Amino acid sequence: MSEKKQVSAKNIINETDTKLRNEYFNQYVKDVTPKNSIPKNTAKAFLVGGIICVIGQAFTNYYIYMGADEDTGKLYTTITLVFLAILLTGVGLYQKIAKFGGAGTLVPITGFANSMAAPAVEYKKEGQVFGIGCKIFTIAGPVILYGIFCSWVLGIIYYLLKLLGVV
Amino acid sequence: MAEKANNQTKMMGKQSISFQNTPYIVATSSVAGKKESEGPLGSLFDIVNDDPMFGKDTWEEAESEIMKEAADKVLMKAGLANTDIRYLVGGDLLGQLIATSFGIAELKIPLFGIYGACSTMGEAMSIGAILVDGGYADRVLSITSSHFAGAEKQFRFPLDYGNQRPYSASWTVTGSGAVIITDTNHKISSSGEADVVIKGITTGKIVDYGVKDSMNMGACMAPAAFETIKQNFEDFGVQPTYYDRIITGDLGYVGAKILIDLLQSAGYDISKNHMDCGIEIFDQESQDTHAGGSGCGCSAITFASFVYKKLKTREWKRVLFVPTGALLSQVSFNEGKTVPGIAHAVVIESEG
Repeated sequence: MSEKKQVSAKNIINETDTKLRNEYFNQYVKDVTPKNSIPKNTAKAFLVGGIICVIGQAFTNYYIYMGADEDTGKLYTTITLVFLAILLTGVGLYQKIAKFGGAGTLVPITGFANSMAAPAVEYKKEGQVFGIGCKIFTIAGPVILYGIFCSWVLGIIYYLLKLLGVV
Repeated sequence: MAEKANNQTKMMGKQSISFQNTPYIVATSSVAGKKESEGPLGSLFDIVNDDPMFGKDTWEEAESEIMKEAADKVLMKAGLANTDIRYLVGGDLLGQLIATSFGIAELKIPLFGIYGACSTMGEAMSIGAILVDGGYADRVLSITSSHFAGAEKQFRFPLDYGNQRPYSASWTVTGSGAVIITDTNHKISSSGEADVVIKGITTGKIVDYGVKDSMNMGACMAPAAFETIKQNFEDFGVQPTYYDRIITGDLGYVGAKILIDLLQSAGYDISKNHMDCGIEIFDQESQDTHAGGSGCGCSAITFASFVYKKLKTREWKRVLFVPTGALLSQVSFNEGKTVPGIAHAVVIESEG
């Protein structure tokens, strides 16, 4: 890339070649647009995501303490977290936490629950079938599709490796 | 023949019109939501409703209701009935203009439904002024609306979805602004106040500088505002100081900086008298609106309340009102298209 130098507004308006002008303009826009601080956002995500995980661990411990075996305890924890995320979405709080926590609220299973509850709330007015039914997966859909697709591909690789005696 | 020559002289330069049968803006109205009412201009709006649903069941119905309230209010303020209005020129942000269709249906006024994204108010006032100047209408009602939740739903994510907005993103204004434009025989003058007239317009072209970031609409629209304003200066043969204020629609902090920079490089300094409705309408710090307000309602209610008052009281003699629009849809964005902009300039003066 030759245009490492600072692009000025003058370069943009004096450029007669549209493609080059657009390139200059995009470069210039990048320079003047305020950016998020990555370390700050990462720290916030770590904090919020960490708190969610600690809450999850507390539930797991509680369920095991109540007599569930480890697998069942974890399952109960998942159900509890999903329930809480949906509840918070319904009362409009999840978005407020996400605004602060970013990926910290997106990556745990609570983010997945939110991504389905939010369209359900939004599109309820358009009916049970064409509203909720069709649109509930608008955000989560790609995750499910490519999640399943990836496990299928990995499954085949695993199968082949097994045939070859590697694993 | 004389008639024809007369008409030709209304055209100014390449993209502008200088009106001869001066259209008057005789009344304005503004309806706003709660967040807007908490902003710096909050006390100026005619109607404020704290209920984001405006008593309706859906966001779309709510927006129609806002528009209806704005139309009713402006008629009331002008002391007119719906039957006194010859044409209604209006539009909104929702797909196929449903806020407008359902909002003003009951008024039974002949309609030109228009789409110019957030520049719609400029377009509606331009067309209204043309109709009046041409003698095709004695009174025209120009109106636009936008609703935060409706726009989020249409262009972005469901409201409760947990995502973060970048600093360059703007906040769609919930509100509707309306103006009534009349010819000189139907103007309504009140003693002690100036008449507000539309002197001319500069109609914008679609301007695309190749920006693809729909979360940075200020940057997408700034080149359009730049080209329209520059064209206005050239067509009318004026300098920036000709206007007391040059008022852009919703460029926000990022877009306004770009516009001032671009015009500066072209030899026009507007840094002293530029104002952006998107910057004025919210308090960036306390209201957490990032780049500023946006939407058709943003420029419409800012004009209908704040700007109109300044002209009425003669505090400002002449302004250039330039609503700006970003022309995208979810489909065009998903298909990797750029986000072109458009801006329509209206020259408005206080007279008498």
